[in-house]
Amino acid sequence: MSGRDPDGLELAERVLRHAEALGATQAEVLVGETESRLTRFANSEIHQNVAESNTMVNLRFVDGRRVGCASTNRTDDGALRRLADSAARIARLMPEADEAVHLPGPAPIAYVHGAASAATADATPEFRAAAAREVIAAADAAGVQAYGSFTTDLEHVALANSLGVRAQEARTWSQLLTVAMGSAGEAGYAEAAAVDCTSIDAGAVGREAAEKARSARQPVSVPPGDYPVVLEPYAVVDLLDMLGYLGISGLAVQEGRSFFEPGKVVGSPLVTIVDDAADVAGAPVSFDYEGVPKRRVPLIEAGVCREAVYDAQTAARAGRESTGHGLPAPNPYGPFPLNMVMHAGDASRDELIGGLDRGLLVTRFHYTNPVHPKLVIVTGMTRDGTFLVEHGRVVGPVRNLRFTQSYLDALAGVQAVGRERRLLRGFLGASLVPALRIGAFTFTGATEH
Amino acid sequence: MPDLTDRALDTAVQRGATFADVRQTRRAEESIAIKSGRVEGVAFGESEGFGVRVLVDGAWGFASSNRLTVAEADRVAAEAVRIARASATALRHRVQLDERPPARGTYRTPVLEDPFDLSVERKVGDLLAADEAMRRVPGIGFTEVRYDAQREWKTYAASDGSLVEQEITHVGAVIEANAVNGDDMQRRSYPDSAQAAGWEWVRGLDLAGNGERVASEAMALLAAPQCPPMRTTVILHPSQLYMQIHESCGHPCELDRVFGTEASYAGTSFLTPDGLGTFRYGSELIDIVADATAPGGLGTFGWDDEGVAAQRVPLIEAGRHVGYLTSRETAPRIGRQSGGAMRADGWNRIPLIRMTNINLLPRPGMSFDDIVADTDDGLLLATNRSWSIDDRRLNFQFATEMGWQVKGGKIGQLYKNPTYTGITYEFWGSCDAVADERSYTLFGTPNCGKGEPGQNGHVGHGASGARFRDVQVGVGKW
Repeated sequence: MSGRDPDGLELAERVLRHAEALGATQAEVLVGETESRLTRFANSEIHQNVAESNTMVNLRFVDGRRVGCASTNRTDDGALRRLADSAARIARLMPEADEAVHLPGPAPIAYVHGAASAATADATPEFRAAAAREVIAAADAAGVQAYGSFTTDLEHVALANSLGVRAQEARTWSQLLTVAMGSAGEAGYAEAAAVDCTSIDAGAVGREAAEKARSARQPVSVPPGDYPVVLEPYAVVDLLDMLGYLGISGLAVQEGRSFFEPGKVVGSPLVTIVDDAADVAGAPVSFDYEGVPKRRVPLIEAGVCREAVYDAQTAARAGRESTGHGLPAPNPYGPFPLNMVMHAGDASRDELIGGLDRGLLVTRFHYTNPVHPKLVIVTGMTRDGTFLVEHGRVVGPVRNLRFTQSYLDALAGVQAVGRERRLLRGFLGASLVPALRIGAFTFTGATEH
Repeated sequence: MPDLTDRALDTAVQRGATFADVRQTRRAEESIAIKSGRVEGVAFGESEGFGVRVLVDGAWGFASSNRLTVAEADRVAAEAVRIARASATALRHRVQLDERPPARGTYRTPVLEDPFDLSVERKVGDLLAADEAMRRVPGIGFTEVRYDAQREWKTYAASDGSLVEQEITHVGAVIEANAVNGDDMQRRSYPDSAQAAGWEWVRGLDLAGNGERVASEAMALLAAPQCPPMRTTVILHPSQLYMQIHESCGHPCELDRVFGTEASYAGTSFLTPDGLGTFRYGSELIDIVADATAPGGLGTFGWDDEGVAAQRVPLIEAGRHVGYLTSRETAPRIGRQSGGAMRADGWNRIPLIRMTNINLLPRPGMSFDDIVADTDDGLLLATNRSWSIDDRRLNFQFATEMGWQVKGGKIGQLYKNPTYTGITYEFWGSCDAVADERSYTLFGTPNCGKGEPGQNGHVGHGASGARFRDVQVGVGKW
C-alpha cells in the first residue's frame, strides 16, 4: 500500500515517553497519517483536482484530575517534545476537575477484515479522471451536464496510551457522487461509496443521475402540506445523521438534551438501527479514537430505543463500559455513532412507490438544520429530483419543497422499508441505509425550481 | 522559507506549468470549552505545510504536504503537475487568469492583547466566571462557554514574481445557557461571534457581566408561549440579520457558484450574470458591500490567497445587484478584474471564492430603537438559532432564539421557537427600514462550510438591524 510507512505507533510511543517523562499520570497519543485525493468536476470538465499528505499527532496529557490537549503535524523530535510541553503546561494550569479522568485500559481488539483496500490507497489521478470521464459521458448521452467529485483516501490510525492500549489500522474510503443538471436546471443525484474504489461503477453512477435529471424536466408546483413520501437512501441518511448528532450519544443523554431513553418508543416496528463497525457492507473499522474496540450497539430495535453510544469518559460517568465510540480529544460534543446500519425491509423500490396513493418521491435533502434539537424538528429542502406519485406511479417532477418535520415523527410513520441498501457518507461517518415509505411528511414551503 | 517556495515554483515551471503559486502556512489554534462549570477541554494545536497550485495545458492541479523539505517541494510540485495533466483529459475550457501586477508586501492583524501570550490560567478563569454567572440562575439546565483563537502565518509566492507575507489573528467566544423541561429545551447565547483582534475583544464582551441575563432569558423562554403562525412585520436585530445576509446575499454572490463549480455540493445561485446591474434584489434601502478592508472583520486581510489586494466591492446598490465575489479565473468571464475573494482553509486546501466581510450598510435616519417605536404590529427577532436555504439561495428559513411581539411601538410578549421563511428577493424587497450606524455591529462567522474536500471559512458581516413587511412566521407543527 502506498503512502508513508505506517510508523504511527512508533511515533505515538515516542510522544508517550515524552509525556511520561514530564510526569503525566496518564497520557494518550493518537496519530493519523493521511493521503487524501479528490478529483472534482463541473460543467462536464475537471475543474479542481487535489492531493494532500499529512500526519497529525494528538496528545491528551493527564495530571491527576487535570487534562491538557495539544496537536501538531510536525514529527521531528523537537516538535514532539514541544507538543508534550504544551499539553503538560495546559494541564497544570487547569483547575482540578470534580471527576476523575478516565482513559480506557487495554482490551483485545478483533481486527476487522476489509478496513482498507490497496487499490484505493494507490489510486492515481489518472484513475480518478477516467471515472470522471465515464460520468461525463453518461451525462453527455443524456444531454445534461455532470458535476461531482471522486474521493480516494488512505488513513493510518495509530493509538497508544499509558495504560497499555496499542492499536493501529489502515483505513481507506472512496466516494463518487454526481449531480446531473440540464439546461433548465432540472437535476438528478447519484452516489456510490466503498472501501475499495474499484468496486464503484462510475458509468452506473453517471447514468443513474443523468436519467433522473432527464425525468425531472419541466417540474410543476405542488402546494406545501402533509404528503406521504418515499425517501430514497440519499435522503434517509440525513435522518440517521440527525438522530446521531442530536440524541444517540451518551453525553447528550447525560446533559438532558436528547430524545433518547432506553425503552422509549420512537419509531414504527419496522425501524431497527444499529451501529456496527464490523459490517463488511459498511466502512469497517476495529477501534475508536481512544483505542477501544468497536462494539455493535443496538440503537433502535423495532422502533424502541435500546442503547446510546459511549466513550470512556461518558461511560465512566454512567457506570458502564465504553462502547467504542470516542472521538479525538478534546471532544466537548461527546461520542458519536459513525457506522450506523438501518435494517433492510422486504419492499422493492417499485413496491415502496406503489404504496403511495398520492405522495412524493424524494431523492435527497439539502441544507438541513435542527429547529428544535430535543424534538428533532428539522428543516431543509428537497433537491435533485422530487416527483409526484399518484396511484402508485410516478407521474412527473415537482418543484422543490421545504420541510419542517420532526424526524422522530417520521420514524414513527415508517410504513415500509426497502430491501436494497446503500453505503453513503454521513455527517461524520458512513451509514448503510435503505429507502423508506413514510405515512406523512410536513412540507412547509416551496421554491422556484 | 523562500528556498522551499522557490524550489516548488521552479520545479513546477520546469515540468510544464504555465503558472504556479505556492502557499506555505503555519497555523496555531487554541480552544477552551467549559460545560456546566467543568473545563471540558483546553487544546493547543499547530499545523504547518505548503500547497502548490499549477496550471498545465489550461487545467488545474494541486498537491500539498506537511514535510517542509526541498526534496518534498520537488515531489509535491511534480505531483501537482501530474494531477493537472490528468485534469486536462477532461477539460472543455482552458483556464484563463486575469492580469494583475505581481503582489508584494506584508500585512498583520492589529492586536492589542496577544491571545497566545496571555496565560491559559487567566483565560480559563475569565471564562469560568462567565459560566458561573449563568449557573447562578435557578433552574438552568446546562451551560457552555467556548473560546477559540487562531493565528496564521502565510507566505504566498507565484511564478509571476509575487511574494506576500501575512499574519492573521482571529478570536471568538460564546456563552450559552440551556433550559430544559421535559421535551422542551431553550437556548440563549451571547454573542457567538468572532473578530480579527486579540484578547481585548473578548474582554470587551463582558461575558461574565452578561451571564445572568443570558441564563434568565433562557428560563423565560421555557415559560413563553409558542410563536404563532402568521404573516406579519418582522424586525431583525443585528444578531439575526447578519446570518440573513450571509445565506441570502453572501453565498449567492459567489461567482464560482454562479458558474456551477459548487453545484454538486452547496448548489448554484439565482443571481445570474444576465441580471448584473439590473436585477432587483431588494428595496432601494439595500446597499451591501464585500469589504476586505473593514477593521476587525474575519474577512479582512492584505491580499487574498492568489495575491490580489484587499478591496471593497459593491454587491447590491440601492437594491440592484451590481457585483460578485470573484477570483482571477472567474472575473474575466464577466469582463471584470478579480475582487480578491480567494481564500484557502490552510496549506492543504486550494483557495476558493469566499465571502470577505459582507456588510449591509447602515442608513442615516432611524436608530434601531426608532424602528421598533415606529412599528405598530410585528415581531422582533434576535440571535440566530438555525438556518437553511435552498440550493439556489431562494427559499430560506431561519429560527431565532428570541422573539418578542411589538405592539404600538412597544416590545411586549416573549415567544419561544420563532421561525420565519421567505424567498430571498421578495424578502429583501419588503425591507422598509434599515437602522443607522448606532446599532451597527460587525459579526464574525468562523464556520462557513464550502468545497470538496470541505473547507471552513472565516467571514464577517456588518449589520445594524432592519424591518421587513408581510413575512411568514411561526413555521411548522409544534
